[in-house]
Amino acid sequence: MRKELGTFILLVVLCIVLAILNPVFLDAANLQNLARLIGIYGIFSIGLGLVIITGGIDLSVGSVFALLGVLLSIFLVEWQLPAVVAVCAVIAITTILGVFNGLLITKLKMQPFIVTLCGLLFYRGLARYVADDETKGFGAAAGFETLQSMATGSVGGVPTPFIILILISIIAWIVLHRSIFGRYLFAVGRNETAARYSGINSDSIITGAYVLCGLLAGAAGVLLAFYTNSISPSSHGNSYELYGIAAAVLGGCSLRGGSGSIIGILIGTALLQVLQNLVNLLGIPSSLNFAVMGVVILIGVIADQILQNRPAKAK
Amino acid sequence: MILQMSRIGKRFPGVIALGGVDFEIGAGEVVALAGENGAGKSTLMKILGGVYQPDDGQILIDGNPVSIRGVADATAHGIGFVHQELNVLDNLTVAENVYLGREPRSFGFLVDRQKLNSDTEIYLKRLGLAFSGKTPLGELSIAQQQMVEIAKALSMNARIVIMDEPTSSLTLTETEKLLSVIKDLSKQGVSIIYISHRLGEIGEIADRVVVLRDGKNAGSLKREEINHDAIVKLMVGRDIVRREKPPFETAKTPVIKVRELKTKRFPDRTISFEVRKGEILGFAGLVGAGRSEAAQAIFGVDAPFGGTVTIDGKQIKINSSRDAIRNGIYLIPEDRRNCGLILDFPIRENVTLPALSSYSSGGLINKSTETKTSQEMCAKLNVKAPTVESNAGNLSGGNQQKVVLAKWLSLAPKLLIFDEPTRGIDVGAKAEIYQLMRNLAENGVAIVMISSDMEEVLGESDRIAVMHEGAITGILDRAEANEEAVMKLAVGQN
Repeated sequence: MRKELGTFILLVVLCIVLAILNPVFLDAANLQNLARLIGIYGIFSIGLGLVIITGGIDLSVGSVFALLGVLLSIFLVEWQLPAVVAVCAVIAITTILGVFNGLLITKLKMQPFIVTLCGLLFYRGLARYVADDETKGFGAAAGFETLQSMATGSVGGVPTPFIILILISIIAWIVLHRSIFGRYLFAVGRNETAARYSGINSDSIITGAYVLCGLLAGAAGVLLAFYTNSISPSSHGNSYELYGIAAAVLGGCSLRGGSGSIIGILIGTALLQVLQNLVNLLGIPSSLNFAVMGVVILIGVIADQILQNRPAKAK
Repeated sequence: MILQMSRIGKRFPGVIALGGVDFEIGAGEVVALAGENGAGKSTLMKILGGVYQPDDGQILIDGNPVSIRGVADATAHGIGFVHQELNVLDNLTVAENVYLGREPRSFGFLVDRQKLNSDTEIYLKRLGLAFSGKTPLGELSIAQQQMVEIAKALSMNARIVIMDEPTSSLTLTETEKLLSVIKDLSKQGVSIIYISHRLGEIGEIADRVVVLRDGKNAGSLKREEINHDAIVKLMVGRDIVRREKPPFETAKTPVIKVRELKTKRFPDRTISFEVRKGEILGFAGLVGAGRSEAAQAIFGVDAPFGGTVTIDGKQIKINSSRDAIRNGIYLIPEDRRNCGLILDFPIRENVTLPALSSYSSGGLINKSTETKTSQEMCAKLNVKAPTVESNAGNLSGGNQQKVVLAKWLSLAPKLLIFDEPTRGIDVGAKAEIYQLMRNLAENGVAIVMISSDMEEVLGESDRIAVMHEGAITGILDRAEANEEAVMKLAVGQN
């Protein structure tokens, strides 16, 4: 728990400061929108977190969102496919891309950074080509309103993406912190050699992490597409992978692999969204947005390091 | 005396590492520093090397009190440190390593390669080394890389060279070579502080042995008083009764037959041998003879390989470690810190890793069964750790090795392959590991023990297979096994 503590304190402090400086922060509408965004970002951040725990990285998530959004629009609006079929198809595609990443990394021994960097370029280009570089959208969502409400609706005042995130988090928590697969993920991330010497098929564990990352990116991508409701293939989802990576790292995942937790990733995601909200609510010029985030992430990681090192010194 | 350390004290939170230790060395003297792990040898030497600051005591060099505040101070006082883990970069050449950070320059910023290489040659010659300063370090053997470290110390005008377990990864011939280099250096007036668990080497080169026990001086022995039993007695503070070898029965049937085994490194050599139920089959040979590769092939790490493995008359297919583990073949690897254990994992998670499914239902792990089994295994193997939640990385070498063993003993071993089982482990824990191996053998487990420690191979094996360049050159029964016979086969004469 110590690992997440620094980020958690930062999150609480930010919320309090923000609530004092601008009480609008606590308005139901603002909190709802915040929760909705945390829901969408949290889902793919968990996927990225799993990959990072194996010592890998996935840079292609943002481009996958663009490709997925374009395809989803084509399937639903132009081909008029049933909503269930269209959604299953796009999620299947992103999952298969995960398989592909995993196999390239484990079987061809390629570096995850390179493999997914190529993905970042390739899927973005593909999305633009498929969409003819035109913005795609869902219009009034005629015929798939239920699907759209998954992203834009609420249940009892709680935005559906947030509810979906909670459900996914519970499952992911059990998988990561209680299951054999989760233990293997940490083992492979910490020391792949020792894991192999213990009879663990590290290739399939690593591939599994990329597949789950693809699956969760698919789910988050569908929600994101409906949230924005218009997909400009050249900018949709741009640099979203970095939000996910930042959330995971803020939440205590080490890029060296072998550490991290679902709770931490959730706290990291929330922190990033609160920051974004802070920039908006405090009237900070939106051009400074990235600068503010960069500084806060840096502070968070430094605070984390200090909290980590203190007990270590006592030895 | 060029160096006198007196009443050195060092406390760490919760432990007194050194409680007033005296140590001195004269010019050209070779002093061995012995003691069990945790006795304070490393702490004392780290104080001399400037890594730690002492809490009490005084250090005199050439009779003048000095304070050594860092590695740079130690170097300035002529103290060189050759660490157990080599600190060399294998992407640079020998000369670049020797002068790393102190490169001779031209125009103030360019490396003067000519001077770099010619200066290095001086030290390589002084050590009697055949390779040139331009050789990429990665092409050298571990033993040669260690010589480069010594050359580096000499190039800094070291008058006192500290060597921490220098022979732990060397073969017999390489060890001989190192020992003769040490003798030469001492003749040239360089003082050597030699830390080793290998008491035979100490007897061969040391002018004096200083033994530490629990952070205090336990005693010292002069050249003529040095012998195995005397050192051990000082180290443990009592007499150790040497265990009698149990009588060996040759009638036992083979459990494991390995036929025509091929390894990646020696694709045109084949290995065939069998291990009988309840015996310890030693594997002797020089480092690089292909013993570890054979073990890894049988364990399925380097799979797939050529050849067949038969257990209890049934031929099995090994394509991965999983297959080997399923068939009761387990490896305790040479490199326990990287291959045997996940150091950042608690003992519990290390112990249960190979058989997690037996601690879980429906894919979910039951932590309390894990804890129970790992506690039982730790108690059985006498692992000294506060709890099973302690990280494996915080344990001593001997306890780490027991945790690796615990991984496998909680399953049902048929064949256990120990690769250098006692490397870097102190005398007390060594005896425990030997006893464990013997108990396992008596319970019907077939054991293969790869070892470069001659005393260990001769003392613990029931039969000894000797390898040379990827092939078995002979298998000796206990009656015919002696140091000379093993060495002859190891260098390929038969």
